[in-house]
Amino acid sequence: MSATSVIEMGDVLLVTVQGELTDHDAVALQQDLAANVAERSSRGVLIDVSGMEIVDSFLARTLHDIAAATELLAAKTVIVGMRPEVAITLVELGLTLPGLATALTVADGLAEFGDGVRPL
Amino acid sequence: MTSVVTLHELRIREEIDIVHVRQTVREVAVSVGFSLVEQTKLVTAASELARNTLKHGRGGTAQVELEKHDGSTVVRLVFRDEGPGIPDTELALTDGYSSAGGLGLGLSGARRLADEFDLHTTPGEGTTVSVGFRAGRAAT
Ligand SMILES: Nc1ncnc2c1ncn2[C@@H]1O[C@H](COP(=O)(O)OP(=O)(O)O)[C@@H](O)[C@H]1O
Ligand SMILES: [Mg+2]
Repeated sequence: MSATSVIEMGDVLLVTVQGELTDHDAVALQQDLAANVAERSSRGVLIDVSGMEIVDSFLARTLHDIAAATELLAAKTVIVGMRPEVAITLVELGLTLPGLATALTVADGLAEFGDGVRPL
Repeated sequence: MTSVVTLHELRIREEIDIVHVRQTVREVAVSVGFSLVEQTKLVTAASELARNTLKHGRGGTAQVELEKHDGSTVVRLVFRDEGPGIPDTELALTDGYSSAGGLGLGLSGARRLADEFDLHTTPGEGTTVSVGFRAGRAAT
């Protein structure tokens, strides 16, 4: 039902989340990513959420926790491509996700990591 | 003239049911012509309330109703459970309050997202939360 893919781009992990995620899927993603970052000594994690039609408080918290965990592992997480209607709804829900780095496109997100990231 | 139809009655017993509620509510929102922002608010509120029914209310049901008033359409979602109930509703509706280590934005956030919000709860008997969403007030 949901498809999550992780692609290595240089030392950055590009994660694409699409479709419906159960709470369990979200927690599994969090654990997989932390393990991946540690194993590959990634410098950054880019999470492309442009395929996500909603982000509720559980998922928002998971994204926040992913960022916090990767930071402890010396990698930065950037959330990319949030849909405008999702952003509007999150703010009204009361979630502003302070401290979470965001970018509008994958290219912009990659730029956050500076040089050394090879394009596909 | 007002007419009310119940379109769906869904069980909420496991996590995947939250996904089913979201999908069903999305289909209804699309079919009555909600804008993308309206759809997203409705589905997000549904997701929060369905999760509360499961996690705090030990499971229950979601009813999806369509109300037609003169020239306007309301999608109403009614979440019912026979769980522990909410001892202090004002506290439960406070942003950031959670009895379970959550973010505490589900109930208060759903109230903000909805056009109409109703909460009935009896400790030891259960909780019913009803939210109404009106389609864009532009003429139909
Ligand atoms: N259906 C319910 N039955 C019992 N308690 C509930 C129910 N819904 C909400 N609550 C109570 O209200 C609190 C706030 O709910 P919410 O804002 O969704 O936060 P969270 O789910 O993150 O704890 C919950 O922690 C719980 O104590
Ligand atoms: Mg909740």
